[in-house]
Amino acid sequence: MNVVRRLLLVRAGAAALALGLLAPIRALAAWSKDAFAAKKADDALKSLGASGAEPSKDIVIEAPQIAENGAVVPIEIASTVPGTTSIAVLIEKNPYPLAGKFDFMEGALPFVKLNVKMAETSEVRVVASAGGKHYVATREIKVTIGGCGG
Amino acid sequence: MRALVYGAATALALAAAPAAAQQSQFEKYQKMVAEGSPVELFELSGEELWKKKQGPRQASLEKCDLGKGPGVLKGAYAALPRYFKDVDRVMDLETRLLHCMTTLQGRTREEATKRLFGDANQPSEMEYLSAYVAGQSRGTKLAPGAAHPKEKEAYELGKTMFFYRTGAWDFSCASCHGEAGKRIRMSELPVLSEPKAARPLMATWPAYRVSNSTFVTMQWRINDCYRQMRTPEPNFGSETTVALITYLTVTAKGEAYRGPGTKR
Amino acid sequence: MAAGPMKMRATLMGGVTDVRVLMTHPMETEQQTKGAPYFIQNVTVKVNGKTVVEGQISQAVSRNPVFSFRLKGGAKGDKIEVSWLDNKGESNKTEAAVA
Repeated sequence: MNVVRRLLLVRAGAAALALGLLAPIRALAAWSKDAFAAKKADDALKSLGASGAEPSKDIVIEAPQIAENGAVVPIEIASTVPGTTSIAVLIEKNPYPLAGKFDFMEGALPFVKLNVKMAETSEVRVVASAGGKHYVATREIKVTIGGCGG
Repeated sequence: MRALVYGAATALALAAAPAAAQQSQFEKYQKMVAEGSPVELFELSGEELWKKKQGPRQASLEKCDLGKGPGVLKGAYAALPRYFKDVDRVMDLETRLLHCMTTLQGRTREEATKRLFGDANQPSEMEYLSAYVAGQSRGTKLAPGAAHPKEKEAYELGKTMFFYRTGAWDFSCASCHGEAGKRIRMSELPVLSEPKAARPLMATWPAYRVSNSTFVTMQWRINDCYRQMRTPEPNFGSETTVALITYLTVTAKGEAYRGPGTKR
Repeated sequence: MAAGPMKMRATLMGGVTDVRVLMTHPMETEQQTKGAPYFIQNVTVKVNGKTVVEGQISQAVSRNPVFSFRLKGGAKGDKIEVSWLDNKGESNKTEAAVA
């Protein structure tokens, strides 16, 4: 009996140790809960500390003008603003506009390509941050949904 | 009946070809979607299933003969459908895969066909396997069997079926795919009896479909076209479905396979 | 589902390494799940063990996410690792050498 009990305790200890080891990994992976929960693009940006961005031609948004299906809208973003360290992608008319925020460290170019869902035709706003300043570019993407065949 | 047919045609919203500028935007969308396609994930899962021991015989499909010898995958899909001597009939990829499941793995047809077409949450075995096998033909020119009398027979039957009007709506494949410049919303309706239109299409099937995140196979495509035409459901792997696939693939012959593709 | 495969390719061309990564994940929204969204939240790219991109994403990223990133320079053989962590604490990662 004692042996079984001790074994169980040892196992519990091992599990706790494993959890303890996992915890720091999770803690490192920050996720800006408030910004992602914001229902307006401006609120999401405020939460990220990226308000008051000035328009820039140095942010290139490559996307189709018309997306046949809102479930998959490919967007390619590149910033040539010197020293860009972060890019945020917001879809104005989605229930939660902030779709993603990417931080780029030494070695990575400020570039990302991803597929997003769009609830309806909307402006897509991209905010690049560099040296504590924020820059913005927008692009309208029309969404048509439905149809058969294929 | 005529009112029904007219209504159906209207419901399909067959429109004239859009302006060139708009067309190029449609193409840009298709191109960008294809570049960002998760289709390779289906190929990876298909490879796992190909090698997985299953059924009463606990056998994998690795010895399945898709026409180029047991286990030979390179270029096998591009040479299908074709005549198989062991069954004395023409088979497409899926029909042959089912044959291998029953013969090599000892599974019943009933069990192996229980869930042929899957959904986004749970794609089917046939879908994963089709993705994997088709992917092994990238770069190979489509060269379906067209010499054996049964292959010629399948081609002729498929051609007849393509133009054969049937069902409550008096539709044939050609009702939608028989005239240039038609589309459903943003999707062009290719004239599949013309090599020019059949080639790029057959070279990219089976495919990932972004609208519902599913991987769709050629048997599914035929099945669903008949559903859209409101006919009784064709049997999986039947002589008629294989004949249609033969007709379409032979029409597309010579095109280098570049699938599995990505569709709207 | 979360244990589904990942696939990555890292290609060096003209001084830039192009990293393309595919992830199997349903990426379900609040509407789809009636209030219990299920999605990847963090995407991390490492080069030879050093983090170069930290991505935070939402339920608005499409099912079976595909990302492309670009790295400055790099050399053939560099080890690229991409990992993800979802809102249920599940994670996965994949590695590839720059080709």
